[in-house]
Amino acid sequence: MTVEEISILSAAIAVSFGALGPGIGEGRAVAAAMDAIARQPEAAGTISRTLFVGLAMIETMAIYCLVVALLVLFANPFVQ
Amino acid sequence: MIDSPLAIAPVFHLGPVPITQPVIATWIIMALMSLFSIVLTRRLKLRPGKIQATVELVTGAIDQQIGEVVRADPAPYRALIGTIFLFIFIADWSSLIPGVEPPTAHVETDAALALIVFAATLYHGVRCNGLVGYLKTFAQPSWVMIPLNLVEQITRTFSLFVRLFGNIMSGVFVIGIVLSLAGLLVPIPLMALDLLTGAVQAYIFAILACVFIGSAVSEGQAARAPAAAPDPSQARSNP
Repeated sequence: MTVEEISILSAAIAVSFGALGPGIGEGRAVAAAMDAIARQPEAAGTISRTLFVGLAMIETMAIYCLVVALLVLFANPFVQ
Repeated sequence: MIDSPLAIAPVFHLGPVPITQPVIATWIIMALMSLFSIVLTRRLKLRPGKIQATVELVTGAIDQQIGEVVRADPAPYRALIGTIFLFIFIADWSSLIPGVEPPTAHVETDAALALIVFAATLYHGVRCNGLVGYLKTFAQPSWVMIPLNLVEQITRTFSLFVRLFGNIMSGVFVIGIVLSLAGLLVPIPLMALDLLTGAVQAYIFAILACVFIGSAVSEGQAARAPAAAPDPSQARSNP
């Protein structure tokens, strides 16, 4: 396999596995927030704002994987 | 936009400085925002008309969000946070205009915005706690945490701009790929999703900027408070 083929494969693997963890994490976070809002609808504003900030933090992991994939595809130091 | 998302070609050169498409889009957005701000606030009335009422509604909503995060008077942060939110919002939605690529889909714009937030964090931390007081917050809860706190400052600024860049750029990229594969009108649902993502990301960027500034301000107060305040664990159990 050439460096280019390995790069494309590794980018795909990075994004796919990098999406798994944050996907599970965001699902659990949203489920917990829904539960909290159902129990305490008057706190919906605070809960959803905190949820958004938390989701942004979780999503960062997936974005890092995306950035690694982009670097591998478009700014690969081993491909001239 | 199916070329490398990290590289942009200059449109023209202003002397030795290459001017690229996102820079022009940023200038136009800045000019429009400034123009609208000046026009809308020139004749403020005590009994607002329709336009003034709308603007007051937006300002009030931004104020409320800032106030809920920093738990203080939102006035010192209103200009910065409000401008950042509105700028990113307009920049994300500028992709609605044919031929315009949102400036936030390029890493340089986002990095500049994140650097502004970083500088504002330092400024407000020093303004509220003094230079020594702010530096002391890096040694909270003990001096062992100094390297971690320093690294946190850098990584959270980095993740702030990479998050915005990744979301907006991937939206533009996906639309480009679907357009080239499937053809006209097919990417419209994706563009609608992109607008939602853009609005949410503008909100998240502004709220996170608020959280960073708020933590820089309140950490200093928390560092000074425990000497006078009673044991916090007891205070929490008996509210």
